[in-house]
Amino acid sequence: MSGTGPRESIFPTRMALTNTKVRLKGAQTGHSLLAKKRDALTTRFRAILRRVDEAKRKMGRVMQLASFSLAEVTYATGDISYLVQEQAKSASFKVKARQENVSGVVLPAFEVDRVPGSDFNLTGLGRGGQQVLRAKEVYAKAVETLVELASLQTAFMILDEVIRATNRRVNAIEHVIIPRLENTIKYITSELDEMDREEFFRLKKVQGKKKRDAEASEALRKTLAAAEEAPASPDVSGGGGDLLGSKDEDVIF
Amino acid sequence: MEALLFNVSGGFLEGIVRGYKAGLLTQNQYNNLTQCETIEDLRTQLSATDYGNFLANEPMPISTSTISEKATQVLVDQFNFLRSNAVEPLSKFLEYMTYAYMIDNIVLVITGTLHGRNVDELLQRCHPLGMFDTLGTLGAATNGEELYHFVLRDTPLANYFRDSVTAADLDDLNIEIIRNTLYKAYLEDFDGFCQTLGGPTADIMHNILSFEADRRAINITINSFGTQLTKEQRAKLFPTIGRLFPEGNNALARADDIDQVRQACEGFSEYRAFFEASSGGGSRANGNGAGGGESTANLLGDLSEELGAAADLEDRFFVHEVHLNKLAFLQQFQYAVFYSYIKLKEQEIRSLTWIAECIAQNARDRIHDFIPIF
Repeated sequence: MSGTGPRESIFPTRMALTNTKVRLKGAQTGHSLLAKKRDALTTRFRAILRRVDEAKRKMGRVMQLASFSLAEVTYATGDISYLVQEQAKSASFKVKARQENVSGVVLPAFEVDRVPGSDFNLTGLGRGGQQVLRAKEVYAKAVETLVELASLQTAFMILDEVIRATNRRVNAIEHVIIPRLENTIKYITSELDEMDREEFFRLKKVQGKKKRDAEASEALRKTLAAAEEAPASPDVSGGGGDLLGSKDEDVIF
Repeated sequence: MEALLFNVSGGFLEGIVRGYKAGLLTQNQYNNLTQCETIEDLRTQLSATDYGNFLANEPMPISTSTISEKATQVLVDQFNFLRSNAVEPLSKFLEYMTYAYMIDNIVLVITGTLHGRNVDELLQRCHPLGMFDTLGTLGAATNGEELYHFVLRDTPLANYFRDSVTAADLDDLNIEIIRNTLYKAYLEDFDGFCQTLGGPTADIMHNILSFEADRRAINITINSFGTQLTKEQRAKLFPTIGRLFPEGNNALARADDIDQVRQACEGFSEYRAFFEASSGGGSRANGNGAGGGESTANLLGDLSEELGAAADLEDRFFVHEVHLNKLAFLQQFQYAVFYSYIKLKEQEIRSLTWIAECIAQNARDRIHDFIPIF
């Protein structure tokens, strides 16, 4: 038997062969498409990775600056956290999500939406108002960096997942589905060949048998014809003679 | 005359406070502190100073806020000792000093009450120097009207409220305005009280308080640029005891940008120096401040330049305040030393917190931006 590897369990018929061939063709097309998708995603992934790296470094710097500006506020005015908490009524810093499509993968992208004005712009009126304002600006920048980082990081995770799935599919098609289909085709072909050969042999056999039968019937006909001729001669030599005196020829069939 | 009888009632406490003053950190000790690598080192260095082992029982990762809290506790203990030993009129003087903190506390509690917060939680956040018995009852009021009529009337600050605030003002939009109105009334009242004491106390305290008043006026002006605060409202917040009063205050009330503030202060030589340094540069604080501002400048663009200049101004105010408070110790037989000591100690706590913060955040280049006292 051919097809040492795994194959699909179908009857080796011509129709199945055609079907399998079509499927093999489909699998090959799919493979090349998925491979292209994988390459596109990987390129994107690398770019995002670089930007994540940059954003993280930037975040480190900005956060340090931000917490330092808070230290400046504490130096100038003392603890204002409670007042700020109480007086903040509406968000002045909003995050909007939107979607981005990268070769069939939907990536969420976050955008910053800053509402101008603030609720506590009189905080630190007596002293330290400038530091408060500055700390606010620096922190707004810091949060902006965080938002940027968040959208990059989300994209990074999603892309990672998708790339892995795509890789798995590409590998599955390349190493499992295509060989299996090929094996099936080989199997069907060999089975069909085998059936061809069997058919041929059978025909041969039938032919041989037929020939022999024909010969035998021919011989019988000849013998019969000879036997018809033999009894006619004694009859002709004078019938009623001594049968025992004469010796008959052996009749061989 | 006061030299004859001052020591009868005030001599002991003046001696005590001058002893406390000797315990303020010196330049040498600040140098040691700035060399510290970790907060733990800082603690070890501090245990050799007058603070002793005030951080001894703290669990190891000591936050900068803990340091400032504990240092403030040291100050509060000293103050309470002074206060419990004081007799009239020094006790009255010390009480006046606590009013400033009371204003902050009351404003804090009012803000919390208007937002329906728990009073106990609020009281924990209050400055210990500004605590008084009826502070807790502020939380009993449910709305601004009640607060004004039943509760504020019973606080030591009732006079200030009566003169400057009506019940209608008590919503949280105005809270900063109320705070500054109260502070204005307080400064004026305190100055009036000091004048009744007469002698060197009145002179020195008037110097310090008028500077405080001018500082507030200038700060309020600068900080109100670009806010909803109208010029009339702004003018009402300026204390009337400063050296800028009245022409300077009027000019400040009309000012639209920092240049006009500078012009308003042109006539006063001390204040002119602040603005000159902030525009020209060359002083120590400016050199350091610019270094720190530069990194922020990249992020904030033009905004930080103006802010940076104003922040430098603030630093220079601090330096001048320390200078004035140091001068108070040059005269004997007067009460201003008590005020000055508390202010210097507060500045020292700020400096300590700043150093701790710089160490914690690894910002060594700005660690020298504090204001040394001696």
